[in-house]
Amino acid sequence: MSDSTEELLQLAEKWNHPHLLDLESLSAEDITVLLDTAETIIKATSGPESDRKLSLLRGKTIANLFFENSTRTKNSFSLAAKRMGADTIEFSSSGSSVAKGETFIDTAKTIEAMGIDGVVTRHSTPGTSHLLAQHLDCSVLNAGDGPHEHPTQGLLDILTIRQQRGSIDGLTVALVGDIAHSRTARSNIWGLKKLGAHVIVCGPATLVSKKWEQLGVEVSYSLDEILPKCDVLNLLRIQFERQATRPFPSVREYALLYAMNAERMKRSKEDILIMAPGPINRGVEITPEVADGPHSVILQQVSNGVAIRMAALWLLLNRSQTAQS
Amino acid sequence: MAESYLIENGLVVDPSQNIDRVMRVLIHDGVVAALDPTDGFLPPDCIRIDARDCVVAPGLVDLGAELGEPGYEEDEEILSGAMAALAGGFTSIACSAYTDPPIDTAAAVEFVRQKAAKADKCRVHVIGCVSKGREGNELSEIGSLVEAGAVALSDAPRPLSNTALLRRALEYCLMFDKPIIDHPEVRSLTRGGVMHEGMTQLKLALAPIPAEAEDLATSRDLRMLETTGGKLHLSCISTEGSVELVRRNKARGVQVSVGIRVANLCMNDEKLLSFDSNLKVNPPLRSQEHIDNCLEAVDDGTIDVISAGHQPRSMEKKMQELDAAPFGATSLDTALSQLINDLILPGKLSWSRAIECMSTNPAKVLGLNAGSLAVGRPADLVLIDPKQQWTVSLGELHSRSQNTPLLGQPLTGRTRQVWVGGKLKYGGQ
Repeated sequence: MSDSTEELLQLAEKWNHPHLLDLESLSAEDITVLLDTAETIIKATSGPESDRKLSLLRGKTIANLFFENSTRTKNSFSLAAKRMGADTIEFSSSGSSVAKGETFIDTAKTIEAMGIDGVVTRHSTPGTSHLLAQHLDCSVLNAGDGPHEHPTQGLLDILTIRQQRGSIDGLTVALVGDIAHSRTARSNIWGLKKLGAHVIVCGPATLVSKKWEQLGVEVSYSLDEILPKCDVLNLLRIQFERQATRPFPSVREYALLYAMNAERMKRSKEDILIMAPGPINRGVEITPEVADGPHSVILQQVSNGVAIRMAALWLLLNRSQTAQS
Repeated sequence: MAESYLIENGLVVDPSQNIDRVMRVLIHDGVVAALDPTDGFLPPDCIRIDARDCVVAPGLVDLGAELGEPGYEEDEEILSGAMAALAGGFTSIACSAYTDPPIDTAAAVEFVRQKAAKADKCRVHVIGCVSKGREGNELSEIGSLVEAGAVALSDAPRPLSNTALLRRALEYCLMFDKPIIDHPEVRSLTRGGVMHEGMTQLKLALAPIPAEAEDLATSRDLRMLETTGGKLHLSCISTEGSVELVRRNKARGVQVSVGIRVANLCMNDEKLLSFDSNLKVNPPLRSQEHIDNCLEAVDDGTIDVISAGHQPRSMEKKMQELDAAPFGATSLDTALSQLINDLILPGKLSWSRAIECMSTNPAKVLGLNAGSLAVGRPADLVLIDPKQQWTVSLGELHSRSQNTPLLGQPLTGRTRQVWVGGKLKYGGQ
């Protein structure tokens, strides 16, 4: 057994959740186990000599059940499963499965009956992964339930910050943009706060209200005001598709108030980290010179995404292996 | 020959006569024949019922139960709904016009009445549509509906969004002395909504139903009623704002009656953390602050009626993502038990106020000869065992649907026996 396998088994000992549905219900220790597992996986797979594949989940089958369009997250999960040695099956349905006379729970049960060890699911309605967890016997991993949570996105953002800064504790992290409709914002808030960060949510008043203060975060409508004190900016995409009435007059005005551009970079901390969960709208929340500039860690986020998902699959499915044996 | 019953040793709670003490009730010839009769007065073959430690009350009256027929038989039938009503202590229920086709013709009223007579469980009254097709545009033939026996007019669960129609309906009903029942909600503010807008909703990111959507509709309804006069009942208020508006308007002499559902008094929005679609109801479960205000309003008489809010929905409809699942919970079976368990036993609501709001007052709203144990009134009675413990489970429910968030929950307090028109309809001797 290699050192890294030994280490991964030890980490798995510290994990005792059957599902990964949200970050709100996890402890700081749980989150640290996930981050450490991802780091161990990165170490084991990124040396010049090492294989990119770990094969620790050989014989396991993971179903990707995506009831909402996704390219990036779905590919990231598929790749993560394959790199852990698991087989995957893919199910996509952009429309409601009810249209075909079958509830999404039945769809999931049907697929589970094919001998599935874990389900990765995305859906436009909050709580759907929680419902699946109640109805299925296998592990469920939430890959985004509407605007509610997207735990692996939160984790990969936090991992990226930790890699850059060594620790989360004491950092000031601002989430900027469409807070109200963002699952990334919610998962980041829970995760960052548990690890000791000061979190600011910043955006137009139609997309973030003062009520958010009750979650223990600072609320600001002005990026320029908070800019000098931020260690990290996470620029959320404007979710045009989730809004009934337009929350701001024009994209031009949004960019004027909230886009991270070269001029704003000058007024930021020298070592500020620029992040974006993507897909990014160049020219809306971020200008190209910032997105591609030296402070940007956007691509590191993407590669960390695969590692975090490998880590999550390992912790969930390894657990079910020990539970069965 | 009609059976006679002497119910003795029970705590008789009859707010219509300000009775709240242990006494004997004699049922004979279908009516309440005597209160505290002497032994010499008793018919020779009188069956004695020992109601020690139990509450004896006028049978409960519900102002709007969805009974599924015609059109939604997968959710409920008149027989199963009426059976659930009996088991829940109700002796009279008003059947909602939420059917397909809707109850907007005399023939439809007649259909429900016949089905109910055949079922022969509790009394089933019929609510007709305010508008043709329940579409909210043109008045239905209200005169014909009333002629056929409709006791009230309502488009619920759909609110009367068209204010001009509301005004016409209130005016037109002046001729028939029948109440209009509205579900106060501004739909343009609630479209797509799943749960009460607030901190729990912000965390869960489910689409919001703001309290203001109810407050605005309540305000409009009250203003219109003041203009037209007539009878208006708001079936289900649930917010601090509505309560305040009603309180102020009643103080000014506006003759409105208002109801609240048991669910809106007993469960708060934090329950939704379980994402159980059976908790998706409309009005939505509100925050504790709203609930506390509503409880106070029940206590001080601002709220007149507590209703079950029976909305049965089949499993396949409810077993969906929360966006897609329809609103509603089946509740005739459990409403009284939940109220006893959550409010009466913990001392938040008195027995007499509970019976007043679930029997005496709703009977008054509909103008029914019910809700009272006065001598000579129909012997519609419920005998309640406040100490009986039971667990809500599929086998215990009489409703055809099982969409209750209470499944698996232990409750204390339950209906023991029910008489309708002097006949023992539920519970053995």
